[in-house]
Amino acid sequence: MAIIEIADVTKVFPARSKGETPSAALDGVSLTVEKGDVFGIIGYSGAGKSTLVRLINALEQPTSGTVTVNGIEVSALRESQLREVRLGIGMVFQQFNLFGSRTVWGNIEYPLKVAGVPKEQHQARISELLHFVGLVDQAHAYPDQLSGGQKQRVGIARALATSPAILLADEATSALDPETTREVLALLKRVNEEFGVTIVVITHEMEVIRSIAHKVAVMENGRVVERGAVFDIFSDPQAEATKKFVGTVVTSVPEGDALVALRAKHPGRIVTFSFADGNTSQSAVFLTLGESKVGFELVYGGINEVQARTFGHLTLALTGSDAAIDGALDSIRAVATVTEVN
Amino acid sequence: MDRLIELLPKFWVATGETLYIVGLAMLFGGIAGLVLGLGLYVTRRGSILDNKWVFGTLNFIVNTFRPIPFIIFIAAVQPLARVVVGTGIGNNALTFGLALAATFAISRIVEQNLLTVQPGVIEAARSVGAGPFRIIGTILLPEALGPLILGYTFIFVAVTDMSAVAGLIGGGGLGNFAIQYGYRLFNPVVTWAAVILIIVLIQVVQLVGNRLARAVLRR
Repeated sequence: MAIIEIADVTKVFPARSKGETPSAALDGVSLTVEKGDVFGIIGYSGAGKSTLVRLINALEQPTSGTVTVNGIEVSALRESQLREVRLGIGMVFQQFNLFGSRTVWGNIEYPLKVAGVPKEQHQARISELLHFVGLVDQAHAYPDQLSGGQKQRVGIARALATSPAILLADEATSALDPETTREVLALLKRVNEEFGVTIVVITHEMEVIRSIAHKVAVMENGRVVERGAVFDIFSDPQAEATKKFVGTVVTSVPEGDALVALRAKHPGRIVTFSFADGNTSQSAVFLTLGESKVGFELVYGGINEVQARTFGHLTLALTGSDAAIDGALDSIRAVATVTEVN
Repeated sequence: MDRLIELLPKFWVATGETLYIVGLAMLFGGIAGLVLGLGLYVTRRGSILDNKWVFGTLNFIVNTFRPIPFIIFIAAVQPLARVVVGTGIGNNALTFGLALAATFAISRIVEQNLLTVQPGVIEAARSVGAGPFRIIGTILLPEALGPLILGYTFIFVAVTDMSAVAGLIGGGGLGNFAIQYGYRLFNPVVTWAAVILIIVLIQVVQLVGNRLARAVLRR
């Protein structure tokens, strides 16, 4: 069931000063997020992903198009009608945005106060959340006494206080070091798995998508250029932007300097075989090469794992007669994707 | 020195008057300035009650009145003082003029200090469903409280300074005392006695302000 539906949305920000042209942050974006999913949106800075995520809790209103959350068209509501909607949508931020004048406890309590939850229920809910994020000892610390990872855990606890069905994570790990990033991502994963919270993750890091997302949309210049299941996008990216992002975490076909170095060492034919998730048997490929008297050496590439499924790109330098190689490649094409590297 | 001892009763009366004038001016000017400063902050572009006409109007009013030198301002607002406090002369008229001048000055201090609150923090409050007025009371003012206290302390010193022109419209206080009994009668001891008390007063207020701000900022 779709919990978030974004239909043909555009967002144009008015020109900052006379003479400047108004800038279109979103240009005809449509997206559907299913209940219980972890949905990743990846793009470079300025791709429009932060604006897109802010349409979901109506911190921004679209210039045209509609945004529907839980069956309610939030893009048609006025600011004063949005309280209920926002109580059902938590949000965590890159810069944490904790209330510096309140303790950890006070930060988590704030949404409960806004929601009008009776005061006697606060204690139980806040301690539950503090246990969940592992900050029981820091309950009475102020944000400026916490490390980055601790701050983000407070941010997550605060966002979850009113038990929202949706959590929006806007570059939630971009200000954290790799170790802390892993901890926070693991926490988000638990939020999804234990509470069934639908999570929309905005990021520019493919590693974040790989770790926790089920589905991903790739954005460029205010448009979604590609979308699909994370495994499909990683194993077989189509759009140029997607290929670049995937290339940051997956070595596929050698290009540029890597290719030049390979060519210097291996003057013969170089071929990349791409495998995805059991639909090709690697041994069949190697057996065919052996039977055709084609010598091979593994020179580039690797096997990757996404959501417990594997895919990979193996680049081999082949030796043998052209006829033997062509013959072998012809029969391999039936079982694997073959790319001749030039 | 003998002359000072002779004047001592008047000196204490003047001290009381300064506390009365400055205290009341800070109270009324402080509240009105806070409201005006909040108005400037919340109506500016991109803020929580973005409204360019209201902002433009408030901004114009503050910019019009704030640069007027106080010695001219106090004379110029005499007719208004007669309407509001019933008299155009004396301590009450002075207090009225001071409160009005302080309102404009404080509004800018408030606006500036509120602008130091990270917009992301406001956004976080909006994202949990807090409306504009709740945000003002529960996020904006608490987050900016430390700098606001220091800002008010700064204005307190300025108001004490401005109160010295009281003599112009027949008001009293330490400034007037120093001019009337010290400067005009060529008695530097009297002048300096008033000056020293003003310095002590300001030191105390600044100390309290610093302490409070430090407690609020926890550093």
